[in-house]
Amino acid sequence: MTVIGKPVDRVDGRLKVTGVATYAAEFNQPNMAYAFPVRSTIAKGTVTAFDTAAAEKSAGVIAVLTHKNASRIKALNPGEQMKAGIIFLGEDLVPLQDNKVHYFGQFIALVVAETYEQARHATVLLKITYASEKHAIDLKSELQKGFKPTKLFGEEAQINPGKTADLIAASPHKIEHTYTTSTENHHPMEPHAAIAVWEGTDKLTLYDATQGVGVTRAIAAYFLNLKPENVRVISPYVGGGFGCKGAWFHIVLAAMAGQVTKRPIKLVITRQMMQTNVGRRGATIQKIALGTDHNGKLTAIRHHNETYTNLAQFFEPSGLQTAVLYEAPLREITYQVARLNIGTPTFMRAPGEAPGTFALESAMDEMAFEMKIDPLEFRVLNHAAADPIKKHPFSCDNLLECYSTGAEKFGWSNRRMQPRQTRNGKYLVGYGMATATYPAGRSSASARVQMTVKGEIKVMTAAADIGTGTYTVLAQTAADVLGVSVDRITVKIGDSSLPPAPIAGGSQTTASVHPAVLAACEMLREDLMKLAVADAKSKLNGRKAEEIAFANAKFFVKGDASMSDSYEGIMRRNGKVMMEACTTVTPASGVGLGTPVAPCMPVPTAPEENSDAKKYSFHSFGAQFAEVWVDEDFGTIRVRRMTSVQDVGRIMNEKTARSQIIGGVIFGLGAALMEATEYDHRWANPVTRSLADYHVPVNLDVPEIDVHFIGKPDPHISPIGARGIGEIGITGVSAAIANAVFNATGKRIRSLPLTMDKLL
Amino acid sequence: MEDEIKNPGLTDEETKLFETLMPEDLNEISAFGVQRRHFLKLLALTGGGMFLFQMMDRHQIFAHPPNEAALNGMKAVSIENGVNVAFKINGARRSLEVDSRMTLLDALRERLELTGSKKGCDHGQCGACTVLVDGRRVLSCLTLAATCEGKSVTTIEGLAKRGELHPVQAAFIKHDGFQCGYCTPGQICSAVALMAEATNGEVSYVTADVRTKGGSVQLSDDEIRERMSGNICRCGAYPNIIAAIREVHSGKEVAQTWQFTGENNEQTFSTGE
Amino acid sequence: MRPFKFSPTNDINSAAQMLMANTNAKFLAGGTNILDLMKEDVERPDELVDITRLKFTQIKPISEGTNKGGISIGGLSKNSDTANDPEIRQNFPLLTQAILAGASAQIRNMATNGGNLNQRTRCSYFYDTAMPCNKREPGTGCGAREGINRMHAVFGWSEDCVAVNPSDMCVALVALDAVVKVQGADGKERSIPFADYHRLPGDTPQKDNNLAQGELITAIEIPKNNFSGKSYYLKVRDRASYAFALVSVAAALEMDGNQIKGARIAMGGVAHKPWRAMEAEKFLTGKSANEANFKQAAENEMQNAKPLEHNKFKVELGRRAIVRALTQAMNGGTNQ
Repeated sequence: MTVIGKPVDRVDGRLKVTGVATYAAEFNQPNMAYAFPVRSTIAKGTVTAFDTAAAEKSAGVIAVLTHKNASRIKALNPGEQMKAGIIFLGEDLVPLQDNKVHYFGQFIALVVAETYEQARHATVLLKITYASEKHAIDLKSELQKGFKPTKLFGEEAQINPGKTADLIAASPHKIEHTYTTSTENHHPMEPHAAIAVWEGTDKLTLYDATQGVGVTRAIAAYFLNLKPENVRVISPYVGGGFGCKGAWFHIVLAAMAGQVTKRPIKLVITRQMMQTNVGRRGATIQKIALGTDHNGKLTAIRHHNETYTNLAQFFEPSGLQTAVLYEAPLREITYQVARLNIGTPTFMRAPGEAPGTFALESAMDEMAFEMKIDPLEFRVLNHAAADPIKKHPFSCDNLLECYSTGAEKFGWSNRRMQPRQTRNGKYLVGYGMATATYPAGRSSASARVQMTVKGEIKVMTAAADIGTGTYTVLAQTAADVLGVSVDRITVKIGDSSLPPAPIAGGSQTTASVHPAVLAACEMLREDLMKLAVADAKSKLNGRKAEEIAFANAKFFVKGDASMSDSYEGIMRRNGKVMMEACTTVTPASGVGLGTPVAPCMPVPTAPEENSDAKKYSFHSFGAQFAEVWVDEDFGTIRVRRMTSVQDVGRIMNEKTARSQIIGGVIFGLGAALMEATEYDHRWANPVTRSLADYHVPVNLDVPEIDVHFIGKPDPHISPIGARGIGEIGITGVSAAIANAVFNATGKRIRSLPLTMDKLL
Repeated sequence: MEDEIKNPGLTDEETKLFETLMPEDLNEISAFGVQRRHFLKLLALTGGGMFLFQMMDRHQIFAHPPNEAALNGMKAVSIENGVNVAFKINGARRSLEVDSRMTLLDALRERLELTGSKKGCDHGQCGACTVLVDGRRVLSCLTLAATCEGKSVTTIEGLAKRGELHPVQAAFIKHDGFQCGYCTPGQICSAVALMAEATNGEVSYVTADVRTKGGSVQLSDDEIRERMSGNICRCGAYPNIIAAIREVHSGKEVAQTWQFTGENNEQTFSTGE
Repeated sequence: MRPFKFSPTNDINSAAQMLMANTNAKFLAGGTNILDLMKEDVERPDELVDITRLKFTQIKPISEGTNKGGISIGGLSKNSDTANDPEIRQNFPLLTQAILAGASAQIRNMATNGGNLNQRTRCSYFYDTAMPCNKREPGTGCGAREGINRMHAVFGWSEDCVAVNPSDMCVALVALDAVVKVQGADGKERSIPFADYHRLPGDTPQKDNNLAQGELITAIEIPKNNFSGKSYYLKVRDRASYAFALVSVAAALEMDGNQIKGARIAMGGVAHKPWRAMEAEKFLTGKSANEANFKQAAENEMQNAKPLEHNKFKVELGRRAIVRALTQAMNGGTNQ
């Protein structure tokens, strides 16, 4: 009997459907004041003067903070930051420290007032004088002045530059095309929010909307010069993240306002600020060349990636999947990055693979069409048996099964090779597919588990549930390992005072935190069992561990359920009100995106031998299939159905796992059909200012999505074999849709989004 | 407000409710604000209990100074163009003085401790703030609190009755009609109203023929999709939301559809048996 | 949002007088647009006169006068009530479809008919106070003219303003020759033909319409017509729902056998006002209803379009949308 894998309802479901789950902005404090940021209206230059008189006189205003009067906080220092546990910072721009402006919408001042209305109103009374400088905004022209990054996530960024030209030129079949993707914004439904509460001058509590309380605490502690143990970040529920929550300076702004006013401060950014201040996915220009031999085997792959950044090392790594997919004797992956005066790009759901698979998988479709090979067959033919760059075997690769299952479930055989063959009334109907892939990450994590004599179990770890199902999956884990029902488990996450866990980023939470909870629960169970075995009053007295089984909060002798002892009985007889275990589990491999700040106190378990990045390459794979109906008169596209087959290791919860995949697919559908942040080059301001003009999919845009899992445990990632699942769902989707549009219309659109004007 | 002050202490029922819904230790309550707030909200779920609770002497129970500013509203000095407004929220009468600029959404979230209604965009572009005013779904972010005089407001906190979930709430859990949960209160309020609109025979932009005479209508999936398109879900729970609404609307169970490709996902995870 | 006095009233005369006494005062009805704009600091009234309790909420048949046999919809009726009124659904389905094409169920429950007429453009430069905009701040220039103007006008724009009227409802109303009934501060009523209600931008884009200060929309009258069997509202947008139109078309036909006795065509998303496609209508009158004629009608209308840098597609889209809307109307105006 086990609940792992089962479609257990979310354990936080009731709180969420009744409105009781409490998000960052909802921890109202006594005597709280409200802060509202002021944004620059130029993209580059300096603020030469602030006239704050009218704002300061405005009713209810307590303080106006600018670079002139804000407290000096610590300056940027990448080495020190890393030592302090800041594994990632949204942008290298400490707020209100100087008068420089680096992008339109940058926070340059902060008004604090008694009420939200008063703070917001006073911001319009500020008179700000600027000295503008010429900003950089045009990606194409700025690329020449840009740079060639040398490192990408710690590895070589430029792979075989210039080396594929001859091979491709000599190939009997070749294509070369340029694909572009637009700047996109995350727009989780909950805007970034922080409530900062000071206790004296050296203790700070932050209620924040963050994907990682650990990194948020590290940022606050470092820049405000506080001891990490004096900063507590609380974030039990997060209204979506997708990569944009956890590493931005609104928390520091709120804390700075609290220092000045000696009041708890609430700072919630607006939807408009989410367009400018908390990251985005940078636009890409991707040039792909493919060569094949006469049989359709790839001879070489070249993928040149162009994008931009601003105040960060990060740039959209759209070549990542090209290093993993398909067998080819040689591949070349290169990057050129411009610096633009646009709010800084950051991680956004499947950074790299999301736009990268659009280019690569569109090109694969084009090559297959060129060669008159079925595009699915073309992928099978060129399937990579091992990691093409590292040459390691994949830890667990069932991509070929994803293709075949997807083809069967979707009805791929009904596809016509030639476009424009299928009509339904005024619609042209097309089928398309693409490969999905995303790396499987894992970091070290800690967990504590407590059991009371009444049988109430608390699982504690500083992980996050940004909608991903962490609460539920950890409750299932503890229930299984301890042999109790899920309703006995309370999961406490989203609090930096809990044992550290990695950020909810890089699809690594399940792979990282589950082993820690598993280990802690096993330790607790063993401690309990030892008490029973040593207890003369126990029916298990003197038994060997291998003779003992457990279920229903009891131990019993295998084969004789009458010889049992309840956890409660064991604890009562031994005078225990509560028992506890805590541990840190560190993968041997160093797979993943970073490690927690400090290990949990007790003895770490031994590194796991078989999770070794030196021997294996850890990736998830999948296949995406789309049917589109294109209204030929208008060029409007309706995705009628999608099939997504995913090879993501063991499924921890069928229900929440499926939700993660459909959510990813819908994110991809948005990128495919409508999402684009556009800038007016004269001011470098986003003209898509809010959700009215930055379109994300609404309910009517989204069809039924048929999700299948391979479900085979990955024997190398962790004991249970579950890889992350949060990001792979988006990958390949925009290519599958664009390929289907080609199949429907014969028009190959190489730029996202596929708005109707491109098809008209 | 006088009708809210009936009992200065926790009733037995409320204490029991506390134990049932809050399996956390009481001793955490003063240290960790969330519990106290959860308790307040959970009481609100049972129907107006929260207001009763606000009027109580919380010192006795929580050893925690009462949050007068948050619970009873700001000092009058910080309110500009104050408007006195009295309205019903989730069945309980409430009156307060608001800044004329204050939206219903901010009044709920900042003044009345009803934070179930969410601020997603504050401009009528997302639907997260959807509440029912006099039974109709509206956006509380574009409703001035001052205009609510005499109205009856139902928020997500008012849908469950004495601890029993509204069928739409239960269906959202069953069909996993949410992930992060932030759009969820708005989705659910919207869905509850949608069903009443269908019963009233209201039409939509995708209705085949709007000339069809009224009477209750059974909605197709596309009808539900169109009618729910004012509630954005960035996590992408739409298909599950449709399943949940379809199930309640049709009264027929809707299948849940996760699938495996073969004999996989077998559990090798031993429980010791 | 700037501080403002909140002035509720139950009386139209005092409402109008409050606006005459304070030129910085504005009416508040559904609030869906004005609050949005006040939060953006685009609208800056120092007084809001809450008119939601005035009784102009009736939807009733017109029993006398020039519009006898038509229908009168209250200026303060909600959009959703108007769309779902049985008489309107039956006899003016074009209006029902147009209203339901706009916004979301929640917004339609809040928005009033009068407010729908008076809603302002969604031009991003108008909304962003950091940008120049002659509509928001006369004399500052038009940001969109040389900017990102994909959503903007192809008809009737001026160098001072290229914004479009965002309403769907108004597209149907102008097609149906509606009349706007307004009452002024002097208590006098006047009627404004719908086509004259909204303005082209010219050199005064700050004025969206011809309503005088203090005037209030009490009702909108739609004359009786014979279009209910053959009308259709088509909206093309960037996502399937809850988005403003790229182009929309209200089409209504009255037939005499296979001959078009009367055609009404109006377009949304193409001009500063709901655009009555007079050239197309003129061509179709007396012609037979077939695709060739629909195409020619569309061509006649769209050949006068003057697209901007980013919205050239609207010309071809407009042609095709007119043809499709007419075809759908001929087919009975259903979504089948």
